[in-house]
Amino acid sequence: MLSVSNLSKRFGDLPIFENFNLELPAGGFTVLIGPSGCGKSTLFDVLTGAATRDGGKVSWCGEAVEYLKDTSAYMQQKDLLLPWFSLMDNALLPAKIGGEDIPEAGKKAQSLFRQLGLEGFESYLPGQISGGMRQRCALVRTLMFERQLVLLDEPLSALDAITRRSLQALLLMLQVEFEKSILMITHDIEEALRLADEVLVLSGRPMRVLDQFSLQGPKLRRLDDPQLIRIKEYVLNLLQEELVK
Amino acid sequence: MRRSAFFSGTLIFIILGVWESACRGFNVPDFILPMPSRIISVAVFQAPMLLPHAAITAMEVLIGILLSLMVAVPLAMIMFARPALENAIAPFLVASQAVPVFAIAPLLVIWLGYGIASKVLMAAVIIFFPITVSLLEGFKSCDSEFRILFKLMGAGFWKTMRLLYWPWALPHFFAGLKVGVSVATIGAVIGEWVGAQQGLGYLMIQANARLKVDLVFAAILWLSVMGLSLWVLVGYLERKIIRWKN
Repeated sequence: MLSVSNLSKRFGDLPIFENFNLELPAGGFTVLIGPSGCGKSTLFDVLTGAATRDGGKVSWCGEAVEYLKDTSAYMQQKDLLLPWFSLMDNALLPAKIGGEDIPEAGKKAQSLFRQLGLEGFESYLPGQISGGMRQRCALVRTLMFERQLVLLDEPLSALDAITRRSLQALLLMLQVEFEKSILMITHDIEEALRLADEVLVLSGRPMRVLDQFSLQGPKLRRLDDPQLIRIKEYVLNLLQEELVK
Repeated sequence: MRRSAFFSGTLIFIILGVWESACRGFNVPDFILPMPSRIISVAVFQAPMLLPHAAITAMEVLIGILLSLMVAVPLAMIMFARPALENAIAPFLVASQAVPVFAIAPLLVIWLGYGIASKVLMAAVIIFFPITVSLLEGFKSCDSEFRILFKLMGAGFWKTMRLLYWPWALPHFFAGLKVGVSVATIGAVIGEWVGAQQGLGYLMIQANARLKVDLVFAAILWLSVMGLSLWVLVGYLERKIIRWKN
C-alpha cells in the first residue's frame, strides 16, 4: 500500500537519510524505532510534505505521489489541541477546515468520544483535562480525517506508564476496528513489541534500516514471551551500539 | 489582587499625605502647587463644569481607539501574510512614531479643523502603533508545529488566520491595546491644546492662562480616571475573551 524507495533528505551538507526504503502493507502496523535525532520525525515531515525531499519515490496504492498530505492523518508527539477550543471543537477541526457538514461530523465525533472514553467531556477545554485525555482527543481528531494511513510520531511518549498502557489498546483499536494502516515512531521497544506487525530498527544519521522483524500472535502481546524477550535484548543491543558510534 | 490593591492604596495615601503636608507646612500658594484635598474638591464640586469637557475628550479617545483598531488589525494581518510588505511598511510605521505628536498636531488642526476629527486622528496615530506591532509579533510567535498541523489539514491562510493565528495572537493584541489605551489621552489632549473649543485639554489651557492650577490638576485627575478606566475595561475584556488562559 505505502512504498518508499530511495528516499533522501539532507540539511545542507548533513545527510539525514539516503536511499531509505520502506514498505507498509494495507492494514499493517509498522513501528520505526531508532536513536534520538536519527531522522525519524524528519521522515514523517518529508512523507507529509511538511519538509521537502531531495530524492526518492513515494507510492500510495501503486501510484507515485509527491507526498501523503491528502492520504494520511498525522498525529504528532504533542497533542496539539487548540487551548481556546473545546474538545469537541478540536475534534471537529478537520471537518471545519475541510468545509464538511458539521452536524454530520459532530455525530461521528460524538461516537468516537464514546468509543474512546471521552463522553461527557465534549465541552471541556484542553487545559481542564489530563494528558491522557488530551491525547485521546488528539486521536479522535486524527480519526476524523477519514484517511486510510495514520502516521503516529511518538504519540504516547509524554504520558505516564498506566495511561500509556490504556492508550496502546486504543492504538490497536485504530488498526483493528477502524481498519487503518499505521506507521508509528517510538523510542519504547516494549511498546513496539506489544503493538507492531513489523518493527524496523533504525540507525543513527544517516538513517538506514539496521534490522527488521515480523511479529506474530495476538495483540496486545505479553512481554514475557521468550521470543519477544530475545528480540527486545537484541534490539536494545543494536541501539546501544548505535549510540556508542 | 486584594494585596496589590492594598499596596497601591497605601502608596497613593502616602504620596498624597506627603504632598498635602508639604503644601501646608511650606505654605505653598494654590497657583503654584495646590493641595491634593483642594484638587479633589475642585474635581468633585466642579464636576458639572468638568464632565462635559471630559465627555468630549473621552469620545475623541474612544473613536480614536476604534479608528486605530480598524487600521491596526488589517495592517498587522496584511504584514503577516506578506512579509515583503512588512519590510516595505515598517520604516513608515517607525517614522510615524519617531515624529513628535506635537509636530504634527498643528498640521492636523489645519487640515481637519478645530472639531473632534483632528483629535481623534491624533489619538489614533498614537494608539495604532503598539497594537499593530504587538499583534504582528503575536502572529509570528505561533508555534511551528501548529502551523504544520494546519498545513497538513489543508487550511488556507485566512482559515488558519481565523482558527489559529488570531486566537494565538489575542494575548499579544490585548497587551498592545493596554499600552495603546493608556497613552490614548495624550494624543487627544495635545490636539485640544493646539486648537479646540472644548475638551479637557482645552480646559487645561484656559485654566493655566488664568493661573487656576487647581483646575488644571482636577482636569489631569479626570484624565487619569479616564485612562485607568479604559485600562481596567481592556483587562476585563481580556479575561472574558481569553478564557483558556485563566
